[in-house]
Amino acid sequence: MSDDVILLGHGGGGELTRRLVAEVLAPPLANPVLAQMDDAAEVDLDGARLALTTDSFVVDPLFFPGGSIGTLAVCGTVNDLAMQGAEPKYLTLGMILEEGFPVADLRRIVADLAAAAKRAGVLVAAGDTKVVERGKGGGVYLNTAGIGVRLPGVSTHVRNAQPGDAVILSGTLGDHGIAVISQRQGLSFETTLETDAAPLWELVRPLLERFPKDIHVLRDPTRGGLTAALCDVTTAAGCGIRLHEKDIPIRPAVRGACGLLGLDPLTVANEGKAIVICAEAVAADVLALLRDHPLGRDAVRIGTVTDKHPGLLILETGIGGERILLPPAGEDLPRIC
Amino acid sequence: MIPVREALEQIRAATVGLTERAQFMEVCGTHTAAFFRSGLRGLLPLNVRLLSGPGCPVCVTPVGFVDQAVALAQQKQAIITTFGDMLRVPGSDVSLEQARATGAAVRMVYSPEDALALAEKTPAREVVFLGVGFETTAPGVAWTIKEARRKNVRNFSVLCAHKTMPQAMRALLVAGDVRIHGFICPGHVSVITGAGLFSFIPKEYKIPCVVSGFEAGDLAAAVAMLLRQRNEGRAELEIQYRRCVYMEGSAPALALLDEVFEPADVAWRGLGVIPGSGLALRAEFAAWDAERKFPGLTLPAPREPAGCRCGDVLRGVCLPPDCPLFRRRCSPTTPVGSCMVSSEGACAAWFKYGGTMDGVEDNMRNPSAGG
Repeated sequence: MSDDVILLGHGGGGELTRRLVAEVLAPPLANPVLAQMDDAAEVDLDGARLALTTDSFVVDPLFFPGGSIGTLAVCGTVNDLAMQGAEPKYLTLGMILEEGFPVADLRRIVADLAAAAKRAGVLVAAGDTKVVERGKGGGVYLNTAGIGVRLPGVSTHVRNAQPGDAVILSGTLGDHGIAVISQRQGLSFETTLETDAAPLWELVRPLLERFPKDIHVLRDPTRGGLTAALCDVTTAAGCGIRLHEKDIPIRPAVRGACGLLGLDPLTVANEGKAIVICAEAVAADVLALLRDHPLGRDAVRIGTVTDKHPGLLILETGIGGERILLPPAGEDLPRIC
Repeated sequence: MIPVREALEQIRAATVGLTERAQFMEVCGTHTAAFFRSGLRGLLPLNVRLLSGPGCPVCVTPVGFVDQAVALAQQKQAIITTFGDMLRVPGSDVSLEQARATGAAVRMVYSPEDALALAEKTPAREVVFLGVGFETTAPGVAWTIKEARRKNVRNFSVLCAHKTMPQAMRALLVAGDVRIHGFICPGHVSVITGAGLFSFIPKEYKIPCVVSGFEAGDLAAAVAMLLRQRNEGRAELEIQYRRCVYMEGSAPALALLDEVFEPADVAWRGLGVIPGSGLALRAEFAAWDAERKFPGLTLPAPREPAGCRCGDVLRGVCLPPDCPLFRRRCSPTTPVGSCMVSSEGACAAWFKYGGTMDGVEDNMRNPSAGG
């Protein structure tokens, strides 16, 4: 890497993160399981088909409308498992606390975490606590690792997308990212937006059980948003995707806040949405199943996988033009004007 | 606002049989981004060509300004507060983002008021806000400086690089590097200044001007209006963005600007020093002027990155893909020039939206640059 120090952008989930992983982390650790490079690793142990993942949480602020870092620490990890077609079973919880942090706030965070774990049907099975000196941490950092059991006959890896597949989104984009940013210090605009953070297994399980072979890809558009998630698909599967801008559901409040801040709603993070890429033949049934569930009420088809323009994600704009969507470079910077 | 399709139809009709390609400059970076983002750019006929102008505040800020900000953080231990898109602009040696990674205190804020609040909260530290932007952002900064004086906050100051639009447009026209058949004038600037600010262009240079809004429908209508003026042999100042813009501007905002700032000769990246094109703090606000407050900084001789054609891009002399660094050494991840940093920058917009699809790039690019 030409840059010789870590920048914030290296944690942004975009091109800088990709390079950090590819150039610094992956080579010395290389092994066939890590080489899957998906949100969760598929591992087989004594005949058990498992999925394994870990995620760290450094969100600022710790509390935001609809949840807290505790909610995220569960949802982020169990959703990585769910998107791999695995039923989340156990979590570990690592906490790095800053000296001076109020115990009352920690109780609230753990209560949110417990509620989310209950809803997701997982048990927190082990934990670790460390405390760092005041000024050396952001109050609370959390890490969770999760283990789940993969449904038999299911494969939802990003490389499975096939030309002709339907691209379906389970609901509105950008709610989580904008709810969090609205609470950041110095940016208190009024909004009724809440985080969409929710465990997704209950939403996708019925799809996988009914159409185990026809659900080709599952992905949750977290950091980097829809654009980053679908660029992963076009790159891994070597096919193109065409999206219809007018079909992509975005709340007016999210659209407005993004306009104000110079952010692209398609790259803003979500914590409770799923992208489902499935065979055209079952698309209508998949949509109906999603809409049957409260988490998928606003599900909508947003595009199609194509063998034209392999590797490219293309958006047909509302006025009939088109543009290419590229993975975000890193931390999105709010603009001047 | 008329529907986009209707405006596009008008554009098509107006360009049938056009013998010379019409070159219009959208001055404002937000317009540049909107043309691309909406897909409108690719829907325009080939004989209408859009050039991006010097209206992205981050892009026109010279490299020496970043050096000054970095030096204030490193040599005076000041906390530098700035809007986000200044963070990655390369300085002669490092950007503010890189300086932050090696220990400089650099904070992103969303408003100058937040910087003032930070100064009040940390009285032992100097807090410097980077005043970057056109007439749209300058009134907020002016107000904040007055607040600092009212509250007697002495550890707050502004490193001022504010610029004003009209003299830069005049400089472009005087230089005459590019043939411009019409200007799409900035909508937000005009809300503050009034559209009348641009009336010298049709009057003195006989070039049509339309002040436009930011939706695809606004921009398509503005292009149609410019074509109509051209076909009818008129050169007038027209307002498309009628729901927000009048010939007169906002009197309170203008009074505020005049109270705090005075016109100054300032350097623009790509355009050099333009007389009367910037804003400097008036002498009575010297205590809040970082430039006066912190003399004697050791600064590197400002070095523009070798090979970077940001300056030519900002004058409409070349398009981003004409720069040898574009997509090679220069990308949003590793920007070499300022135009690749801001979402308003022409190079960033071309990188992000310009694409490599068959036909599309040709359509957006049109034939050779320069005119």
